[in-house]
Amino acid sequence: MSHRVIVVGGGLAGLAASVRIAEAGVPVDLFSLVPVKRSHSVCAQGGINACNEVARQQGYSEYEHFDETIYGGDYLADQHPVLEMANWAPRIIDLLDRMGVPFNRTSEGYRDLRLFGGSLFKRTHFAGATTGQQLIYALDEQARRYEAEGKITKYEYWEFLGPVFADDAGGGRRCVGVVGQDLRTMQVRAFRGDAVVMATGGNGLVFGKSTNSIICTGAAAARCFKAGVAYGNPEMIQVHPTAIPGADKLRLMSESARGEGGRVWVPRTKNDARRASEIPEAERFYFLEEKYPAYGNIVPRDIATREIFDICVNQGLGVGGGNSVYLDLTHKDPEYLTRKLGGILDIYEKFVGVDPRREPMQIFPAVHYSMGGLHTTFVKGRYNPGEPLSKHVSGSAPPLGSEVGLGMSYGDPGNMVTNVAGLYAFGEVNFAYHGANRLGANALLSCIFDGLFCGLSVVNYMKNGAPSKTPHGQVGASVYESARSAEQSKYEALLGAASRGEADEKTNPYVIHRELGAEMTAACTVVKSEGRLRECLSRIGDFKERMARVRVPDAAGWSNQSLCFARAVGDMLSVAEAVCLGSIERKESRGAHYRTDFPERDDANFMKTTVARWDATGQRVTVEFAPVDGSLVRPTARTYGKKEAGAGQPKPAMSGV
Amino acid sequence: MLNFTPAAGAGSGAGGGSGAGGGNRARAVPGRTIRVRVKRCEGPGKASRWEVFAVKAEAGSNVISVLQQIASNPVTVEGERTTPVVWDSGCLEEVCGACTMVINGRVRQSCSCLIDEYAPGEGDEITLEPMSKFPVVRDLWVDRSRLFHNLSRVKAWVPIDGTYNLGPGPRETPAQQETRYALSECMSCGCCLEACPQFTLEEDPKAWGTSFIGAHAISQARLFNEHATGRALKGERLEALMGPGGVSDCGNAQNCVKVCPKHIPLTESIAAIGRAVTIHAVARWFRG
Ligand SMILES: Cc1cc2nc3c(=O)[nH]c(=O)nc-3n(C[C@H](O)[C@H](O)[C@H](O)COP(=O)(O)OP(=O)(O)OC[C@H]3O[C@@H](n4cnc5c(N)ncnc54)[C@H](O)[C@@H]3O)c2cc1C
Ligand code: SF4
Ligand code: SF4
Ligand code: FES
Repeated sequence: MSHRVIVVGGGLAGLAASVRIAEAGVPVDLFSLVPVKRSHSVCAQGGINACNEVARQQGYSEYEHFDETIYGGDYLADQHPVLEMANWAPRIIDLLDRMGVPFNRTSEGYRDLRLFGGSLFKRTHFAGATTGQQLIYALDEQARRYEAEGKITKYEYWEFLGPVFADDAGGGRRCVGVVGQDLRTMQVRAFRGDAVVMATGGNGLVFGKSTNSIICTGAAAARCFKAGVAYGNPEMIQVHPTAIPGADKLRLMSESARGEGGRVWVPRTKNDARRASEIPEAERFYFLEEKYPAYGNIVPRDIATREIFDICVNQGLGVGGGNSVYLDLTHKDPEYLTRKLGGILDIYEKFVGVDPRREPMQIFPAVHYSMGGLHTTFVKGRYNPGEPLSKHVSGSAPPLGSEVGLGMSYGDPGNMVTNVAGLYAFGEVNFAYHGANRLGANALLSCIFDGLFCGLSVVNYMKNGAPSKTPHGQVGASVYESARSAEQSKYEALLGAASRGEADEKTNPYVIHRELGAEMTAACTVVKSEGRLRECLSRIGDFKERMARVRVPDAAGWSNQSLCFARAVGDMLSVAEAVCLGSIERKESRGAHYRTDFPERDDANFMKTTVARWDATGQRVTVEFAPVDGSLVRPTARTYGKKEAGAGQPKPAMSGV
Repeated sequence: MLNFTPAAGAGSGAGGGSGAGGGNRARAVPGRTIRVRVKRCEGPGKASRWEVFAVKAEAGSNVISVLQQIASNPVTVEGERTTPVVWDSGCLEEVCGACTMVINGRVRQSCSCLIDEYAPGEGDEITLEPMSKFPVVRDLWVDRSRLFHNLSRVKAWVPIDGTYNLGPGPRETPAQQETRYALSECMSCGCCLEACPQFTLEEDPKAWGTSFIGAHAISQARLFNEHATGRALKGERLEALMGPGGVSDCGNAQNCVKVCPKHIPLTESIAAIGRAVTIHAVARWFRG
């Protein structure tokens, strides 16, 4: 039996999947736009969450991690998968530790921990302020080991152009391969596989500038979407509260800066012209600490972002009257800061020219993460309380243990698979786990969890599902050839329309992208309203028209980056439309999605997953709502102990440690 | 109205400004036009040519944002319309290594190369060239596969038993962690190879196994030899570094350590591996 798996994407999710699948003895073809070691995951700074012994002895548990994640996501995430992920988390840290990740250590040699948003316990493991880089290197090394043994074949500098589907005996469709293009030679080729794992990350580029890498266009997901794969919760876009504005990118200042004691403030008086250091304590407005005494500066991202936005845009209290607030670490020992946060402080110093150990940083929110993504399903595990429990009281005994299989059924082929059999989605491109808002340091976890836990699902699908009867080798050649030639024609059409000399802003892909980014950021991020969203939808219509007439500024048949960029922009428009339409249809406020015209959460109508589909005939997006698995914990108001809300203040359990 | 424009150039507001950065930044002329000289090449085997572009420097701009500006309107100073420049990039915060190129004659990352530092005055010029030790794909984009191949040569991984749940890894002291972390920050950018007189262009993959491996892979070998489990392959790593193209090919010019953006202690690693190789060779000789 000669099964093969295609993994598209070599970030944390794709590498974890490749290693897990290769380990099970199935050869893997791994595709990536860049050498996998340079994938976007290297940017992750702060850390990765998991229950640990110290936190456990203070009253924390895997169950509380689960509960926090559900609450943080404002009850939009399906609950069983989150339970399994939280239960698995400590095993993932152990594994990474065995792979040699240089996690920071305590004086006794144990793994050190830090505080992160949305938790009162230290449960974030970290390697300096370059955790993502260290984790991806560890997985890259394991993948290289399998590559040397011939079990993983890398296709780096190859772009995924679309999935290949075949009709199934049962009447449905299944995924039997991909079409890709070599970014050097521009060769378009079809690849056979028995299953395909999409692990292509986020879509920050839809918003123009973001904290993401320049390759995070979301085009790969868009291509699946346009081929008929459903997309979940597109409107849930996380805007990170603290980034450095820049000409090419909005560089992140990790939440760990606040986890390590960073304080956010503005001068109490408008347009205070004094330097930060000259403003006395009493004349500083620590607005997060005042409004959220329990969580203070480590409230979740959506809350911090809206508060900063409100301070700057509505109240005009931003530093110097502009759009920025202080993120202050100057009260901490500079040496301690270098040890714990060196990586990110260097970024600030390098790009801004100010040493954040001596002067407070100036930051502003930026688009950061997509909770939404390809819509996937799962198979529930063994734990099924008769009715959902009430919110876990921090520090109290968990109602259950953390054995494998309580949340999701381990190895079931139905885990994290899209509506097309054999097509899986792992990592940021998967809509699961984070609901309406992702907690800091939970993304790296979900990426690796998907790869390791659901990698086995892929293997079992091939063993027992359709590929066991009709392996890829028996699928007709015409299936691949027609998919390939369709992409070849698209490529040639774009090349044929290359501009030769003339410049026209209307049909210039770079200009269209810039305008799209500005429009999406203005209409679909921190605050949304029906009128503005409708306007955005109609602008997207204009962009679609302009893209139909796009002229690539390069006619070369070799390494034509402009052509690839233009093609990606065209595909991104479908995701942009889904983000906008989802935002319109979700007439409530939840997590990262805040509507000025519907400021309250509406569980009766909208504790539901937004499922977007591409209507190929009408060339437009349609949206419907599907039930959320809320069977484990019952929703409560998500206030994080905000003062005006008058809710009881949660107590940090032994937070001094 | 939902206005959502970040302040241009953070640090310029009321509180910022003392400027820990280099000296040029303080005297950069706002709104100036600079010249960007780019060495272009349409593909392997094609001749190179120079093109010069005039670009208006925005607040906080770097080489990447300048190349982006050129891409959206690729017209040379002679007024000739050309193609956008092709180059490699990813993170835009000096952590992925992709955007490495030779700028004003020195190899470095282009994303962290600030225009205010390099061209502070009206009409100042910046020169961009591809790295010379790797084959050019097109323009500033080079093929660095050899660099990853060299990581396989030294088995730069920890040979774990598998992904099963087998408990934590070996405990280590903060000092050990700090040593390994410093080595582990290497982003395989290749600056150290570009600067090394012993590392030369080699387009034939068949010759990669015996041509000089370079400081980057030597240092990674040390990283894995330092790990309690990684040490299991120490002998194999040293064998690989003993033969042709191994550590003894290093001429000790120390250029590598001077250009490493991550301040990896490369000469220390070369010395440590050199010693380990000697010990290993003697031991092997005694074993017969
Ligand atoms: C600045 C920053 C800091 C962060 N810090 C943290 C943190 O501290 N903790 C945390 O938990 N999370 C953090 N996150 C989030 C986290 O880093 C990401 O969600 C995660 O790394 C995504 O991993 P991934 O494997 O899904 O995708 P990625 O790492 O983005 O990888 C995507 C892969 O897909 C490939 N690909 C994409 N499109 C195509 C195509 N068309 N054809 C072929 N290949 C393609 C790419 O080449 C790449 O290999 C941070 C994010 C940012 C932006
Ligand atoms: S010290 Fe060795 S590796 Fe470094 S530049 Fe000199 S010859 Fe090259
Ligand atoms: S050692 Fe330094 S210069 Fe060499 S590849 Fe690594 S990071 Fe780059
Ligand atoms: S783009 Fe990643 S180092 Fe410059």
